[in-house]
Amino acid sequence: MSLSVFMFYLLSGIILTFSVLSVTTRRILRAAVYLLFVLVATSGLYFMLKYEFMAAVQLTLYAGGIVVLIIFSILLTHHISHRFKRPETMNLLMGIGVAVVGSGVVLATLLTHPFIASNSPELPVDMSVIGNQLLSTGKNGYVLPFELISILLLAAMIAAIIIAKKDKNKNSEI
Amino acid sequence: MIEGIGIEHFLVVSTLMFFIGVCGFIIRRNLITMLMSIELILNSVNINFLVFNRYLYPDQMQGHFFSLFIVGIAAAEASVAIALIINIYRNLQNIDVENVSEMKY
Repeated sequence: MSLSVFMFYLLSGIILTFSVLSVTTRRILRAAVYLLFVLVATSGLYFMLKYEFMAAVQLTLYAGGIVVLIIFSILLTHHISHRFKRPETMNLLMGIGVAVVGSGVVLATLLTHPFIASNSPELPVDMSVIGNQLLSTGKNGYVLPFELISILLLAAMIAAIIIAKKDKNKNSEI
Repeated sequence: MIEGIGIEHFLVVSTLMFFIGVCGFIIRRNLITMLMSIELILNSVNINFLVFNRYLYPDQMQGHFFSLFIVGIAAAEASVAIALIINIYRNLQNIDVENVSEMKY
């Protein structure tokens, strides 16, 4: 067994174990930390696929940004030693049933479909290629979604500030 | 592509991760943990995009850019969702989904 195969199975094991733990643990802060492990292991998979830029984005944005945001909101809204009640049996059975049936259907389709791997030469995905394609208007250019997502991010930022802002007139009610 | 690992291995991992996220979304009763399940689902979709790009179309970059945009949209979604959650907590003093039955401001 070569080292890359071993690394792949190690990372997949980490991803699956910690995603199960993240949705089943009864302490919310632990769930956030398990989610962090899942995201870091996923960026390891991206490194194995040789998408270094994507892996770096995953590390900084997901593992650095979103998880910190989630942890802060947990600390704002929960007591640190808070434990959830056990989920109701009906809910538990429904959730597990949906997951088992869905993954069974998808896996049966996946494993019978023949995927033909391409033999064409790999395009090097370095920063200059990404930057050129992201800002080009010609063939394989992505300038329109780039502009769209910048407007979306600006709108989301303004919306988040306005929603979470304390209303000065209503302060006395709370 | 990685020597010795077929495309199916990656797809099995991302499928299982997706349905673990769906299961968590149904089981959990707390808004923040439901948000974390959504992050799991988006992450597994990202793996799929990159793997299809690397194995089936290595001379193009559509999958790479789509997953880049998905990460950006996930960040925007998480920030707005957490602002809403904090506002709900301010009004109702807890963030269980059963209690969020009316929009009051």
